[in-house]
Amino acid sequence: MTAFLALLARDARLAAREGGGVALALGFFALVATLVPLGVGADLALLARVAGGILWVAAVLAALLSLDRLFQGDYEDGSLDLIALSPLPLEASAFAKICAHWLSTGLPLTLLSPLLALLFNLPPAGTGALFVSLLIGTPAVSAVGAVGAALTVSLRRGGLLLPFIILPLLVPAVIFGAGAVSAALDGLPGGGLVLLAAFSGASLLLAPFVAAAGVRLNLAG
Amino acid sequence: MIAALTVENLACQRGSRRLFENLSFTLQAGQALAVEGANGAGKTSLLRLIAGFLAPAAGVVRLDEVSDPEQRGRLVGWLGHHDALKGSFTAAEQLAFYARFYGGTADIRGALERVGLARQGELACRYLSAGQKRRLALARLLVSHRPLWLLDEPFAALDAAGKALAAQLMHEHCGAGGMVLAATHEPLGLSNASLKL
Repeated sequence: MTAFLALLARDARLAAREGGGVALALGFFALVATLVPLGVGADLALLARVAGGILWVAAVLAALLSLDRLFQGDYEDGSLDLIALSPLPLEASAFAKICAHWLSTGLPLTLLSPLLALLFNLPPAGTGALFVSLLIGTPAVSAVGAVGAALTVSLRRGGLLLPFIILPLLVPAVIFGAGAVSAALDGLPGGGLVLLAAFSGASLLLAPFVAAAGVRLNLAG
Repeated sequence: MIAALTVENLACQRGSRRLFENLSFTLQAGQALAVEGANGAGKTSLLRLIAGFLAPAAGVVRLDEVSDPEQRGRLVGWLGHHDALKGSFTAAEQLAFYARFYGGTADIRGALERVGLARQGELACRYLSAGQKRRLALARLLVSHRPLWLLDEPFAALDAAGKALAAQLMHEHCGAGGMVLAATHEPLGLSNASLKL
């Protein structure tokens, strides 16, 4: 447990100190959420209707900005070798990195979302559903993202390939997440959240194993 | 501590090229072995095979009775081509992380003093010179408490004093019952054997 927490704390500290990943993700999320109402116009009913889908897609794309560095920095400077030789199984190391990414990206995006929902005229019920769905769903974004990041870690332009691997896998999260917001607007609170939680749970359960296999493959390359 | 590293009939294949084959040697506790050879001869690949990163094309690597690559890796102190340091972390933070991550308790200040970096402990690694970074990477071996050191070009970027320090650290590690296997173009400065690839 000490090794797990040590790696988690190190990665969270690295995210805060290097690369500006948190600020970049939050800035991107806020920019998209500001531009869309300007583009769509003053149809408040329409804005509220599309808010769930647009904010969910924006959150996924914002999280994607820092995902390519999840393993790449450690691969390039040799730290990944040392992580692989630690007493912590590589699967647990991958899980620690997923947790650190969520704490430094998914959680801040979730906390910002109620503020951005105001720009979409989202009623309180929809805002609550958006917040809860992001809270439940963004761990899946970090987990699935870790798989893509591990598979592309040794590729020169792996960051460009990453969206093509990750985004199709995240379609269920976007559908269930946006669906939860729509359901709340239709007076069906909780709709889609169970499926989103199941997807998130399955991703968190499976992704560390696939990501660890990807890392091993690349370390042997 | 472990008693011996045993390599039997090891072969390494990289792509379509067979780097070496039928390689056998035994390294006992307290011994050091310099792996020599031209560029591309397979020195780094041999170290990565022993650490468990690469799968051998043939042969067996055992640390005492441990042949499973993952379990073997947990007995290895690794110093690769890269120093594995984070620019935004201080020298002391780097060592503290690895001491905690590798499950040991360590005297961070003592390790920094040992490699001549006592005054740089609170300095972010991005401000260290290449030689100082290499010294810090050597200090990481001290806080990792692993019996088998696998060192890839341990003298790289070090000045004469740094090389003497690295040789002294290896000597002390062997004296304490550890083992050192180093891929190098320079003599280790120990009364060690060498292996030519």
